[in-house]
Amino acid sequence: MIQALFQEKLQVLNVGLSSFADSIAQAGGSALQIEWAPPAQGRQEVGRELARLVNLSAVEIANRTAFDAYQSAQPVLRGVGLAGQVLPNMAERMILHSGPPIAWNDMCGPMKGAIVGAILYEGWAENPAKAEALASRGEITFEPCHHHSAVGPMAGAISPSMPVWMVTNTTQGNQAFSNFNEGLGKALRFGANGPEVIARLKWMGQVLAPALRAGVETLGGLELKTLMAQALHMGDEVHNRNVAASSLFLKRLISALLKTRTPAANIAAVVDFIAGNDHFFLNLSMAACKAMLDAAHGVSGSSMVTAMARNGVEFGIRVSGTGGQWFTTAAPVVDGLFFPGYTTADAAPDLGDSAITETAGVGGFAMAASPAIVKFVGGTPQDAIDNTTTMTHITLGRNNAFTLPSMNFAGSPAGIDIRKVVDTGIQPIINTGIAHRDAGVGQIGAGITHAPLGCFTQAVSALAHAVGGSE
Amino acid sequence: MARATKIIRNFYRDSVSLMQLSATFAKLPGVEQASAVMASPNNVSLLQEAGLLTEPVDASANDLLIALQGDADALEAALAAAESALKQPPPSSSGNGVSRSILPRSIEMGLGNMVGANLALISTPGEYAAAEAFKALSLGLNVMLFSDNVELKDEIALKRFAQARNLIVMGPDCGTAIINGIPLAFANVVRRGVIGVVGASGTGLQQVTCLIDRWGGGISQAIGTGGHDLHRDVGGISMLQGLTALAADSSTSVIVLISKPPSPEVAGRVLDAAVRAGKPVVVNFLGADPAQVRRGNVFAAATLEDAAAAAVALAEGRNPGDGGPARPPFPLTSFLAPGQRYIRGLYSGGTFCYEASLLLKKELGQVYSNTPVEPGDRLSDVWTSRQHTVVDLGDDLFTRGRPHPMIDHRLRNERLLKEAADPEVAVILLDVVLGYGAHPDPAGEMVPVIQKVRDLAGKTGKHPAIVGFVCGTAADPQNLSRQEAALREAGVILAESNAKAVRIAATAVLEAGVVGGRS
Repeated sequence: MIQALFQEKLQVLNVGLSSFADSIAQAGGSALQIEWAPPAQGRQEVGRELARLVNLSAVEIANRTAFDAYQSAQPVLRGVGLAGQVLPNMAERMILHSGPPIAWNDMCGPMKGAIVGAILYEGWAENPAKAEALASRGEITFEPCHHHSAVGPMAGAISPSMPVWMVTNTTQGNQAFSNFNEGLGKALRFGANGPEVIARLKWMGQVLAPALRAGVETLGGLELKTLMAQALHMGDEVHNRNVAASSLFLKRLISALLKTRTPAANIAAVVDFIAGNDHFFLNLSMAACKAMLDAAHGVSGSSMVTAMARNGVEFGIRVSGTGGQWFTTAAPVVDGLFFPGYTTADAAPDLGDSAITETAGVGGFAMAASPAIVKFVGGTPQDAIDNTTTMTHITLGRNNAFTLPSMNFAGSPAGIDIRKVVDTGIQPIINTGIAHRDAGVGQIGAGITHAPLGCFTQAVSALAHAVGGSE
Repeated sequence: MARATKIIRNFYRDSVSLMQLSATFAKLPGVEQASAVMASPNNVSLLQEAGLLTEPVDASANDLLIALQGDADALEAALAAAESALKQPPPSSSGNGVSRSILPRSIEMGLGNMVGANLALISTPGEYAAAEAFKALSLGLNVMLFSDNVELKDEIALKRFAQARNLIVMGPDCGTAIINGIPLAFANVVRRGVIGVVGASGTGLQQVTCLIDRWGGGISQAIGTGGHDLHRDVGGISMLQGLTALAADSSTSVIVLISKPPSPEVAGRVLDAAVRAGKPVVVNFLGADPAQVRRGNVFAAATLEDAAAAAVALAEGRNPGDGGPARPPFPLTSFLAPGQRYIRGLYSGGTFCYEASLLLKKELGQVYSNTPVEPGDRLSDVWTSRQHTVVDLGDDLFTRGRPHPMIDHRLRNERLLKEAADPEVAVILLDVVLGYGAHPDPAGEMVPVIQKVRDLAGKTGKHPAIVGFVCGTAADPQNLSRQEAALREAGVILAESNAKAVRIAATAVLEAGVVGGRS
């Protein structure tokens, strides 16, 4: 009853005129000022829908289910396969791309370049001009990686003959896939499609993939979550910094490779290739994150984000309780540091499926583990901790497997709640590479960006309709 | 366009630091492009592609290479500056360890910082207020909704939602409350005591709580409901909740209810609940017939002042007096010249204005107002008074685009000068409201203008009497006695309450014998 209030110490949350909080304090009371701004970007009707969802038991229960599934998932690297053979629903003349769905004509430069490269790699056309013609004639189906349990960094181009990592979540049994990381410089994922790029892809298919398949087989599977957790203790956030994780992976792989029938020269080439690419583990990190988040997807009523992905034109998210629907808005341009000779004017808008790492509570969300990363925007190690702390305000919980030494081994914040994002206006932080806007130039920088609020506002509205949350 | 390079042998910096430094080097005077890299073959070829290197360099991956492009005469100095910057130890800012944790940006986030929060005080623009109130209620918080312009259907939904969760919504448009001794929004610092008040009117609550304080009583709780709570469609949900809570509260022995007269159905429900309270309940339904209210433990009060007086009497174990106090002695006739016959009330408190209308109508007949008791009394032009007029200067018509007259006295001061210049005006009636939220020194704002009225009158030989009252307490930030002293000094005739001030004014014009149709 109300009179219970009379027995307690009055503690006031003050929303609006701050002088009211001041007078309460002056009168000896206790008040906390909320830094309020109209939520949902000022869209009143969404603000009301949000209000109906706050602390709604149907949503709370669904979120516990979804978060528990995510938390209990155990992604294990089980093998290497060919996309055309192992990806669910992969068709013969289909090329997958990063981010939400997009038509050929609307794709950004790097993505078009990567698609052309994939066509050349597949041998469906003999030169880039013919490949472009093929693509624009509509003879190839383009679908998001995410629609096939897969993720790919940057352009994310995956065609049927490309080798892919096969990751199994041994708790719930779902699978996730990712392509192989080609290294820096001229690479397909940045839209490069010259002969050297195609040649490297061929080598990856003919030499790297069989060696890795044999190695992983010898290992009998590799638990990725523990490896990622270890890397977090070694200064990686397993999105934009994968030095430690790549080294740990290579350490496990070498002795396994030596036990296979792989020719010594091939082993040497494979080891050189992996050792020369500090980002080699990124694609494994992404597949592991995808496996954990797919386990949490499809829980009716849940407001937990299960994917954030960009196609270089649009930024999109998917939410556990709203099924396969994408909520998209224009992809932001990344603020960061640029390689010599490049500026923001050269940058493509945000691109790639790699924000799956932030969605899973690593990357920018685990920045406290990786002070080196924060220097991309001129910050300090304290900023890294502050960034992680800020993310605790928009997440459902902490991943106890991913602990952060600089935060007294607290788990990293995980499970983005669209309600909290829209209510606070705090945008999920993403560490990312920056691609040149033109195909084939490659990576021109790296930095930090934020998921745009528009996606979350739309998602709140859709979830409110799905839940039917009228009181 | 010139280029310059510098190699620092066996000097390592990680690539992120170097990218950062490169960005700062590019801002050195005369420099157009700059890069500092470890001189690996890959990096060297990047610099060549960027046009920063035109010749091969003799450097390895263990050497640091600085390459600049810009004005020829600036590059040498820039290279030196770049090298010295590279050799600086990294700034110690990497470890000042001070966390800039962000301030709470939603009610839910605020609950993380204030785990024991039990009330949300909401004063956002009205169009967002209902959503914030829903969130607060969903999170288990009681709500005081100061915001106005909340739709009636939202008010009904909020109050029903709250009721189902044993929470209360005070408001919308609730200006005043005192909970557990803490004044909220526009409220006075009153002594704590055994009298609990529930009011649909903000200034009504302030008047009753201040008078109780003035007469030695104290307040257990003062619960605002907002002005629409007793509307037929809302059904008095908050007043009934407040009444029930005070009935169950062992610290409350007398209850006061304040409202404009509700619809008979809602009034019946409130009075039934008052009877069930099992404690003395004083009811002031402004303008209602006391006979309709009086029953058992329920006492009717005709004015806010009567309600306070009755509550103090009951709290002290005495019988509440029957009827209002006797008409006060008339001290004003000597001021008035022939032809001075009208009262002009310039109010900042809506309920005071309404109460003045009610009381003056009984004494004087027609009284015009922007918030009339009867439709026929509506002032056609709110900016111009006619005959007996009382205006609520806190009405939206006046406050559009400017602060409320309790905060900003300019509007009332202007109107005061205008009324004083009217030779037919006998008395100007004023309210002065103290407490949190009100102007820090109302008397200081008013005295110069009152002085001006007297000065002008000195020349013409006549001036209206200025009669008022101060609604406040000794503990208010503005201090009641200091405010009263300053106003008296300026010649204002002060009463304890609105009702008394109104009676002084009415008596003045009645005794002067100038009221048409009455003697």
